[in-house]
Amino acid sequence: MSMTLFWDIISWVLLLSGGLFVIIGGLGILRFPDFFTRLHPAGMTDTIGAGLILAGLMIQAGPTLVAAKLALILLFLFFTSPTATHAIAKAALRANLRPVLDSQSDINHAKTKVR
Amino acid sequence: MFAAAIIALLVAMALVLARSLLGPTAYDRILAVNSFGTKVVLVIAVFGFMTDRPDFLDIALVYALVNFIGTIAVLKFMVRE
Repeated sequence: MSMTLFWDIISWVLLLSGGLFVIIGGLGILRFPDFFTRLHPAGMTDTIGAGLILAGLMIQAGPTLVAAKLALILLFLFFTSPTATHAIAKAALRANLRPVLDSQSDINHAKTKVR
Repeated sequence: MFAAAIIALLVAMALVLARSLLGPTAYDRILAVNSFGTKVVLVIAVFGFMTDRPDFLDIALVYALVNFIGTIAVLKFMVRE
């Protein structure tokens, strides 16, 4: 087995698993019951889906300027995506949007917590 | 193989777009549009590799920046209301 085929297979695995994570995240954003649960698949997609896909592309590029640009995109997404998710959650909380809870004890617990 | 990744991303983009159209609150829509923007960045990057034109990565970088700034700007506007 030649070396290029070896790296190609690794990058294909990374790309395909990244695509799988992105689809699962999209499904979660569509199907989850309320806003605060939907934050979770959105955050997951932005970190692990983007990370895997960009890592696969980086292996395809090899040690060049292109790989450096990909690393820059990855670094930028790693910083901005949690910031944006946090900002959305904070804005929703400030607009008096509350999580949907199951049992009465959960609701009492949340009432004592949220101030 | 790049085509498979792009198709996966397009499917996910369709799902997220459905949430941004359905979303009961405005925050659901903002979240979905933000997530959509991240997927656009990935599609641009993978498409650049698929067509052997890695110059597309500059566009992807700028799109990531604009997406973040846009999300924060919309949230600032929403909180002011």
